Amino acid sequence: MFEQFLQALQDTSIATAIREGETLFPWIECVHVLALTLVIGSIAIVDLRLVGLASRDRGVAQTTASVLPVTWTAFVFAVITGGLLFASNATTYAHNFYFQVKVALIALAGINMAIYHLFLNGGADAWHTPALTPLRARVVGGLSLCLWIAIVAFGRWIGFTINTPT
Amino acid sequence: MALQSLDSFCNWLAATSVSQVLQTVGWIIPAVQTVHILAVGAVVTSAVMIDLRLLGIRGKDQSVAAVARRFLPFIWWALPVLLATGAVLIIAEPARALENPVFILKMGLLLAAVGITLTCHIPLRRDEAFWELSAARKRAARLIAAASIPLWVAIICAGRWIAYVQGT
Repeated sequence: MFEQFLQALQDTSIATAIREGETLFPWIECVHVLALTLVIGSIAIVDLRLVGLASRDRGVAQTTASVLPVTWTAFVFAVITGGLLFASNATTYAHNFYFQVKVALIALAGINMAIYHLFLNGGADAWHTPALTPLRARVVGGLSLCLWIAIVAFGRWIGFTINTPT
Repeated sequence: MALQSLDSFCNWLAATSVSQVLQTVGWIIPAVQTVHILAVGAVVTSAVMIDLRLLGIRGKDQSVAAVARRFLPFIWWALPVLLATGAVLIIAEPARALENPVFILKMGLLLAAVGITLTCHIPLRRDEAFWELSAARKRAARLIAAASIPLWVAIICAGRWIAYVQGT
């Protein structure tokens, strides 16, 4: 069932065009890299603030508010371009270990962020002094940083374990 | 003649023991590329945050100088990391980069981007309000920002295309 879905996805005209074209795949990769560098850079700004390594002179709420639109815009682009790259060789990517771990890590990063926003950021309005944030916020920030670094690494390893130019 | 000596330099570099290690130990290149991409993230996001402030799109509750102070250090710290990891990638496969027109283009664009970042940075060191003092300077700052973003985008695209364009 899932295999049939992957094959159907790979057989769509757009996936075929990306796979067989000379330039479509690299151009989509360019947008993917651009988007992911902005996703990770902007998330790192928030994480480093939570951990207490940067922007201590600015509140957590303001730091988050000024980068969040960048994060979400870039994330949408990263997902769309990532989806297109996946579709072009869906049957191969779906069975690639590094791809599977990467998707799982992105889900974990999302869960980490959701738990923080739902349960752990009570009192965050008061985090506008250079004082260290509570331990729970530092743990969430540190975990997020580690997850996103691992996501980049696993993403890069996909290229080395699937037959594409690296 | 010059091309020939570049070719022999690439061959010599590829034959060195350091390059041989990089070519044979499989995890080094993806690991170095990962660090390279993370550093690209630090530089490009920082540049974009400063540019968006200069354009008046984000962070308007702070001065240009405050935003620049927050993000410029990331750029100046990440650039040496980029040069170091980039050098490792060149040593691993010299001809892939040095004989590749896209790599030369990327280096040219990088020089322009660093030049533009310095143009924004240096006046701020003398006078924190430099870019906000007059309408003309605000316009100049917006021009700098509007040039900086496409430059970084082009650098990232060129970086990816190095893998797809054959050396001459």
